[in-house]
Amino acid sequence: MMRWFLLLGVIGAALATSAGLIVTRPDRSDVDFTGTSEADPAAGALVFAAAGCASCHAAPNAEGDARLILSGGRAFASDFGTFFAPNISPDPTAGIGGWSRQEFTDAVTRGVSPAGQHYYPAFPYTAYAKMTPQDLVDLFSYMQSLPASDVANRPHDVGLPFSIRRGVGVWKALYFDTGYEVTGPLTPAETRGRYLAEGLAHCAECHTPRTALGGLDRSRWLGGAPNPSGKGRIPNITPSALAWSEEDMIAYFTSGLTPDYDSAGGEMVEVIENLAQLPEADRAALASYLKKVAPVP
Amino acid sequence: MKKIFVVPLAASLVLTAIAGTAIGDGHADKALQAAIAARQAQMKLVSFNTAILGDMAKGVTPYDSATASAAAANLEAVAKLDRSILWLEGSVQGTVDGTRAKAEIWSDAAGFDKAATALETAAAAMAQAAGTDQAALQAAMGDLGGTCSTCHKAYRGPKN
Repeated sequence: MMRWFLLLGVIGAALATSAGLIVTRPDRSDVDFTGTSEADPAAGALVFAAAGCASCHAAPNAEGDARLILSGGRAFASDFGTFFAPNISPDPTAGIGGWSRQEFTDAVTRGVSPAGQHYYPAFPYTAYAKMTPQDLVDLFSYMQSLPASDVANRPHDVGLPFSIRRGVGVWKALYFDTGYEVTGPLTPAETRGRYLAEGLAHCAECHTPRTALGGLDRSRWLGGAPNPSGKGRIPNITPSALAWSEEDMIAYFTSGLTPDYDSAGGEMVEVIENLAQLPEADRAALASYLKKVAPVP
Repeated sequence: MKKIFVVPLAASLVLTAIAGTAIGDGHADKALQAAIAARQAQMKLVSFNTAILGDMAKGVTPYDSATASAAAANLEAVAKLDRSILWLEGSVQGTVDGTRAKAEIWSDAAGFDKAATALETAAAAMAQAAGTDQAALQAAMGDLGGTCSTCHKAYRGPKN
């Protein structure tokens, strides 16, 4: 009898372990590239700007053309430790010059490295998961055309248990939701704005509060959040708090000046630098999207 | 018998010490608060005059040479207030309520001075351009707006 219990216990433990391993297993992307056109690096430059890649991956305090050298190194403080942006320049060893387009897609849309490890969600792949196949094609070719840097990656400063990468698999199982938050009938401009805001520009990563485990609290989408670096708050940008007209928003996305002629500050300055590079229609699309977001008190 | 006196004496000494510290802090705090209020008033004047110029640049209000010149002259004057008595060390976000001034203003004083001087330069250029015509005003406006963002990016923290 005792032996049966033991056996059952062993089988149960094995099942639980394998279920855990399956849940936390890094999975590759299944993006279908059939039907995409040849890579257009100029279009990729706009995807790059909208996605804000340089804001995190350029060297700290880089300005002008130096922002296109994606040597990494910028620090991101969080409740879980400090993350350091890696080198994603086309250097074959220090950067991602040796990556295939499939490996690039796995990283950007699934948060999985070529070696099959999870990336920490400081990298906003949960938003980039919405990236269209054509945008991926164009972005990949553009990034491979940028200058290479041989600066080595700095390891993240993250303590146990978060230093166990496999644990990110649990986080992904809980929070990796690729659905859109704003739903219902949308105009083409609002749809484009939603793709930009919820996908490429990953606005929610800062403007939406997080749960204790660092997942987005989608019930308060874009409703403002404490600043992860410590002081102050990231503002609520839902219609209950942001009463700007769409024209005001477009002007802000272009010049960084608010309707009261205050200016953007902090990280938002870089966001504006990126948005200012997009066609006017994209800034208008973002503004129209923000009007469709559910008000958060 | 002695104890009866010692306890109240000790207690009153402690209380005096606490009160003394509080009053001392109150003085320092008041000076910092006053400096914060003064530079926020300066920023208010910057944005008031920039708004007149910006609205004309955007065409929200019609271009008027005299009004533009007046706003630009105000801006030029208010941009060059002596910073040494406005940006008191310690009047920093997280330490004193109501300010968003980052510690980098003092730890990177040269960088802060460069960013603030850029506003002085852009405001002086605006004072030269604003009275000419709308196109000249628009050109100067781009540089002026850029100096706001550059300084706020590095030296102003998020909303409290």
